[in-house]
Amino acid sequence: MRRELMTGNAAAAWGARLARADYLPAFPITPQTEIIETVAQWIDAGEMNCRMVMMESEHSMITAAGAAAATGVRVFTATSSQGLLYGMEMLYTVAGWRAPFVMANVSRGLAAPITLEPDHNDILAARDSGFLQIHCATCQEVLDASLIAYRVAEDARVRLPVIVNLDGFYLSFTREPVDIPSQDEVDAFVPPFDAGPTRFRAGKPMSQAVAVLGGTPYSYFRYETHLAARAALEVYAEATDAFERQFGRRYGALDAYRCDDADIIFVMMGSFATKAKDAVNKLRAIGERVGLLRPILLRPFPDTAIRQLLAGKKAVAVIDQNISMGMGGVLHGEVSAALNGSKDAPPVLASFVGGLGGRDISAEEFFEIAAETRRAAENGETPPPRLLFTESELREIRKLQAIAHVEHGSDEAEGNRNGEGEERHA
Amino acid sequence: MPDAGASRFRRMRDLPSSHMLGAGTAMCAGCGGLAALTEAYDVLGENTVFVNAAGCMSLMSVYPFTPFRGSWLYTAMASAPAGAQGVRDALDVLRARGRITVQEDLQVVVLTGDGAAGGMGLSATSGAIDRGLDFIYFCYDNEGYGNTGQQTSALTPHAAATATDAGNSGFPGWKKDLFALWAANKPAYAATIIGGEPLDLVRKIEKARSFSGPRMILALSPCPTGWGYDPKLSIEIAHLAVKTGIWPLKEYIDGRVSHTRMPHPRLPVEEYLKPQGRFAHLFEPRRNEAALREIQAGVDAYWAPWEAQREA
Ligand SMILES: Cc1ncc(C[n+]2csc(CCOP(=O)(O)OP(=O)(O)O)c2C)c(N)n1
Ligand code: SF4
Repeated sequence: MRRELMTGNAAAAWGARLARADYLPAFPITPQTEIIETVAQWIDAGEMNCRMVMMESEHSMITAAGAAAATGVRVFTATSSQGLLYGMEMLYTVAGWRAPFVMANVSRGLAAPITLEPDHNDILAARDSGFLQIHCATCQEVLDASLIAYRVAEDARVRLPVIVNLDGFYLSFTREPVDIPSQDEVDAFVPPFDAGPTRFRAGKPMSQAVAVLGGTPYSYFRYETHLAARAALEVYAEATDAFERQFGRRYGALDAYRCDDADIIFVMMGSFATKAKDAVNKLRAIGERVGLLRPILLRPFPDTAIRQLLAGKKAVAVIDQNISMGMGGVLHGEVSAALNGSKDAPPVLASFVGGLGGRDISAEEFFEIAAETRRAAENGETPPPRLLFTESELREIRKLQAIAHVEHGSDEAEGNRNGEGEERHA
Repeated sequence: MPDAGASRFRRMRDLPSSHMLGAGTAMCAGCGGLAALTEAYDVLGENTVFVNAAGCMSLMSVYPFTPFRGSWLYTAMASAPAGAQGVRDALDVLRARGRITVQEDLQVVVLTGDGAAGGMGLSATSGAIDRGLDFIYFCYDNEGYGNTGQQTSALTPHAAATATDAGNSGFPGWKKDLFALWAANKPAYAATIIGGEPLDLVRKIEKARSFSGPRMILALSPCPTGWGYDPKLSIEIAHLAVKTGIWPLKEYIDGRVSHTRMPHPRLPVEEYLKPQGRFAHLFEPRRNEAALREIQAGVDAYWAPWEAQREA
């Protein structure tokens, strides 16, 4: 083992390298590109024995990844935002093939308007695809989750692809110290991929992904995929136990921080949860009993664990870094479903949306969220959902609109001025 | 003729007497695409994995049945060539690592309709050619989106009536030249075939097999359902497509295009058009001379340089 400063992107590349990925179909997109460039350099330098191929789109990339996994090799790939959506048809398709492989998604907000900065609408669009999802908050987690992901994906009880999610910029481009486990240790943890009889070989004809006629076989195979995803809860628990024995780092399906004696809990995913953690520490310092619950697994959804952890709490504030238009925060809905019908569920489950397109969530905002949630707990009424935005931000926008308005009068339509024009390396 | 001398298929009686492809598929009676595939599969052999794009043929393998003795992977409408890339690369990796033997290797064949081939699948096809993928691209060309009811595709011919160009002048555009698109990008091999010319067909499949790299087979596929004619006319329509010069049988090797049949004399295109419901509006209620002349002129213009060469 050695320790190095590295970005989240490099950590994802290390995951692929240490897992001895055989094959990597690729397509560039900011802020993911560094992953494939890193692997390309290792291949060139003879440090990694992997076949990498540049595809012409993410739709093709995910098709090739699934097809190679269905042929029996270990596959890694990576994408982000627009790329994930461009490949969406194939996410569902290759998951239906039960093709196990690992894909890093570097979360970035979706167009329009176009942005390069992170939020979770991209990854949540893949929520129902059949890919399992592991959400990371640190660079170390990115590396570790990639290894754990192979164990889970390739397990005969699961056989599903897994997305390891890391936030664009906040993780992808941020350097943190990361322990790089030795190859021997990783080899012991991630044995070679055994595709079993489901693969293509001459002399052993095999039809995969064939059509079905009618709802009965269709339902059967869809249920089977769902049950495999549910079985992944246990397989993940086994894999993380084994990981802890091998490497000494413990991961659960949830990361619960100072939750035991807390009466108010923040629920948040991804790297922005580290901001929530800071806020929890500051609130604790002034005597507020606040904790943070961070789902690491989003699919399968660890509903039982969430129910147990939140049982008896006074109030919960779910802070969603995504927005489902016309509904609100997606995670809020998921947590709410998990708590539904449980006897000692917290009486207040408040919803906050923030951090869209990389917008910061300040410590003051976390304090305000905590205060509002506590007020709600006291009067027993869940407040209406809040979209985080400050007065000063609104003033800033008004200024921009004034400029756009002047330009509009003299020149082009305002619509063309907003939202368009990606940066050069997008 | 593609090198009759070198081929193991010298005359009709060299053709296989029974077929590898199982009968009883969900395809329509008289399907010209199925005929071409059946003949081709005998030569491709069971050590083939078909990577299929959404279309009529996707319904050949319906759980738990398959007419194929070899392997099959259905992908999606747009990305069958990318599926072929994944399978080919995986097999190469397994070979390189000594995890499979040469005998366990497979020929990777994309099976696609013309709609996917000339439309949403074009990007994936182009990518596979750019990467020099070692695969056979088998396109059955029924000149429309057949599976969804014969809407106009990029390979629909001029004036054909389709579900989306049902007016009395049919499709106003012109058939995309998929063969030329491939040939312009220097594939290892490209050929046009038709099920009604089995000897020509098997020789070309045999030749395609002998190359490595991107190889394309484009099969005009008379489609009784979409073209509007009695299924028992399928073979005759195929013959007329060749004899009128509407469907040139040709191949591309090493930068050169050559014809394996030179219809001579060429029959008037009308003879091909007339039996097909999709062209009925050219003849009834009155003959559309202008359109017929235009179609004939297109075919004449295609053949002019080749015929001049032959005469020279
Ligand atoms: C992305 C997508 N859009 C539309 C369809 C519906 N669809 C299935 S088959 C087909 C027609 C394909 O046409 P072609 O490639 O010519 O093959 P054919 O049906 O003629 O065999 C269409 C439009 C689909 N499967 N996927
Ligand atoms: S619609 Fe045409 S191409 Fe499709 S199966 Fe029927 S005859 Fe064949």
